[in-house]
Amino acid sequence: MAGLPRGVYRDHVISTEAAVPRLRGRALTTALGALWSPRSWRATAHALVGLPAGVVSFALTCGLPVGVGYSAGWSLLYAPGSDWASTTALVVLAVVLPLPLLVAVPGLTALHRRRFRSLLGVTIPPLPRRDGTLPRRLLGELGTSALWRQIAYHVLALFIGTVGAAVTAAFWLAGIGMGVVLALQLTGVWDNERLPSASSGLNVLVPAALLAAPWVARGVARVDTAAARALLGPSRSEALSVRVESLARSRADIVAATDAERRRIERDLHDGAQQRLVSLAMNLGMARANLTDTPEPARRAIAAAHDEATEALAELREFVRGLHPAVLNDRGLDAALSGIVARAPLPVRLTVAVPSRCSPVIEAIAYFVVSEALTNIAKHAHAHHAEVTVEHATGRLRVVVTDDGQGGATLGRTVNGDGTGLRGLAQRAASVDGTFALHSPSGGPTTITVELPCES
Amino acid sequence: MRIVIAEDSILLRAGLTKLLADGGFDVVDAVGDAEQLLRAVGEHRPDVALIDVRMPPTHTDEGIRAALVIRHQYPGVAVLVLSQYVEERYATDLLSIRTSGVGYLLKDRVAHVSDFLDALRRVAAGGTVLDPEVVAQLLVRHRDNPIDRLTPREQEVLRLMAEGRSNNGIVDALRVSHSAVEKYISSILTKLDLPPTDTDHRRVLAVLKFLGS
Repeated sequence: MAGLPRGVYRDHVISTEAAVPRLRGRALTTALGALWSPRSWRATAHALVGLPAGVVSFALTCGLPVGVGYSAGWSLLYAPGSDWASTTALVVLAVVLPLPLLVAVPGLTALHRRRFRSLLGVTIPPLPRRDGTLPRRLLGELGTSALWRQIAYHVLALFIGTVGAAVTAAFWLAGIGMGVVLALQLTGVWDNERLPSASSGLNVLVPAALLAAPWVARGVARVDTAAARALLGPSRSEALSVRVESLARSRADIVAATDAERRRIERDLHDGAQQRLVSLAMNLGMARANLTDTPEPARRAIAAAHDEATEALAELREFVRGLHPAVLNDRGLDAALSGIVARAPLPVRLTVAVPSRCSPVIEAIAYFVVSEALTNIAKHAHAHHAEVTVEHATGRLRVVVTDDGQGGATLGRTVNGDGTGLRGLAQRAASVDGTFALHSPSGGPTTITVELPCES
Repeated sequence: MRIVIAEDSILLRAGLTKLLADGGFDVVDAVGDAEQLLRAVGEHRPDVALIDVRMPPTHTDEGIRAALVIRHQYPGVAVLVLSQYVEERYATDLLSIRTSGVGYLLKDRVAHVSDFLDALRRVAAGGTVLDPEVVAQLLVRHRDNPIDRLTPREQEVLRLMAEGRSNNGIVDALRVSHSAVEKYISSILTKLDLPPTDTDHRRVLAVLKFLGS
């Protein structure tokens, strides 16, 4: 209990007695404070600007086309035949007008966004951006709900603007204007029979109106914001598709960056450690060959060092080759696979039918699928033979690795639990929207099928 | 014997130069990229060009491409290509013009000085030297052809033939008798449908068949 503040407990007890007056006092302070709060003034300005903005929105998106359409219809039906010129002009206008007005919709939306941002500090989330020329973008938007939701807001903006501005203005004017009159009357500066008397219910209503005005303005702002968010912002599916796009892009970036990093490490090791080690092994080899007249212990030491160096070289080569084989870039998957298949400790039949190259990232993943699968087979499957087939069919690169081992392989079986093994393969395939399938009944055979996207 | 070395690592270039000089070879030039290599070969007409695969500017297969140019333009110059990794595709390229006077070895092999110098001499003398690793890769590639008919032991003999060994070399490597090796070879030639004409020539044909070129 030592760590718990006792004061909290005591405070809690006291507050039951003092709560009511304190709360009432706080409410009054808040209400009065709201009169001075910039937020109230911003909300008021927003509501008032909403009226002209709403009028313009409504006029351009709905009033004008509907009005012109109505006039055209009326003149077609009722106008005297002699007035055919103006009738035709009206009909043409009614047909053509919606097009430039469609262009105006994004502009109006931008106007409202700006009103929300500068007056309320509210940012309406942007709509997904379309590529292409303006007409193509507009045509594309005709098919989406985004355009129609924007038009709905612009129509609604007239009503929100009118009602919002009227109510907000009414509360402020009632509060301030009548308050001034009341004050004049009470002080006797201005006594007029026709004005409502100070003793009427006004002395309650006026302060109430004044105190309520900021909250009314804020309420209007809240309603307007809700409408704008729902109609001007992206819909849930649009927001999700934008999110999916950005996630797909960032994932592709990460996959490409990982690939590039492997290449960089391979190159660094090739140019650095490997060359040094070759040089070391070569020097030791020369010493071993030439220093035949040195004492036996020294010769043995040199021989041991030479053997160590050549073994280290072989191990490093194996490791570096696993990072990223240079021949993969150069000559493609078909050429690169010979290397790993030849080094597998069991006979492997390799069939590659890939007429065109895939992207470097896909080729690298296909390479590692074969490499890891063969490593896995060698370690766990107790197989005598394995078969690797790589083929390209309708935008997919399919890699199938089969062995005649004991089967019973599961995804959970990883070599060291950090992304290698079969689970690592599944993850790598998934990282580029590929699929991974493992079929391994107990007793075998085991088949791993990986399909990767490969547009050629 | 006159040699031109092309190796971009200064350390290894110096090491190789010393190794060859100590081994009694005459290193007439040691350069750092393929362009200089072609110039040096044109100028010195060496017996052998010792070439690293990955060299500037792209560090991919410059050495292989330069070796192909040399094999095309200077038939008298043997090439021995060295690399940190051997690839059957590069080997096939190298052997595509002629199978004589060419070698392709892992860089590691320079550590075994006498074997390496021996390989260099064999290449200079018009022989073919392939790294066991690359031979293994070529085997993977040609499982579907008549090579499949060979027994494992015969495949082993054929592999040694492809590495450029003579009958004596094969006897040493497999620790079998001379007559056994001869028996294996004649069996190989029969199975690969190579009727007896000129024994040495058939040997090359067998290796060619083996390499699928």
